[in-house]
Amino acid sequence: MNRTYELMFIVRPDMAEEDLDKLISTLETAVSTTSGTVKSVERMGKRRLAYTVRRFHEGVYILLTVEGTGTVIHELERRLRVTEPVIKFLSVRIDQEQKRLDKIKAIRDARKKTSAAPAAAPEGGGEAAPATA
Amino acid sequence: MAEETKAPTATAEGPGGSESHGPRPGGRGPRPGGPGGPREGGRKYFRRKKVCKFCVEKIENINYKDVRLLAQFVAESGKIVPRRLTGVCTPHQRRLSSAIKMARNIALLPFAGRAS
Repeated sequence: MNRTYELMFIVRPDMAEEDLDKLISTLETAVSTTSGTVKSVERMGKRRLAYTVRRFHEGVYILLTVEGTGTVIHELERRLRVTEPVIKFLSVRIDQEQKRLDKIKAIRDARKKTSAAPAAAPEGGGEAAPATA
Repeated sequence: MAEETKAPTATAEGPGGSESHGPRPGGRGPRPGGPGGPREGGRKYFRRKKVCKFCVEKIENINYKDVRLLAQFVAESGKIVPRRLTGVCTPHQRRLSSAIKMARNIALLPFAGRAS
């Protein structure tokens, strides 16, 4: 069963750009070896941390959206825990929430359509009635 | 001797007690009928009815990444502001609090104290 996960992690601010590229590419290969797919990689840039983490006041935020089974996220979390420059990470399952949002959006759209075109419905009913009689 | 000592204390209490408390109910009595009447009977402070921000603005997506939105519902001390103060409805407060807790975990919001 495929699920969508969001993996946000913070690396130390003094990390070199090439090292970061390398880290991301290793994570991507780890995802593909565990039969998952990387949907998107977003670098949110350097941000100030709300509290000190390992004596750092700021960090580079990276957001990874991954699709796959639980083993993918398990492997990624293990890797992040082992990788020294990563100071914090958070993985969130987002497909359920997205499904809920889509449902709400569909309901709202349907409501808009019915309120926008209420005159069309009675006309169709009127035509159908004589045809059957 | 005993009567004399009792008498002054009684008289001293008399004017202080009866004069200060006596006229007040009488003085306030006519006011409700007067111009200041409605204010006296009802609440002194007019409070606007609180409404859920998420219901009004139709924000369904309460995400932990949206720090600006979440920060409105976090006190300066870092605490989550209770529903009775913000007026957020129960289902939204539930999502909001879990989003704030997630944001705290990834150092987007502070656990305690101002973000600094």
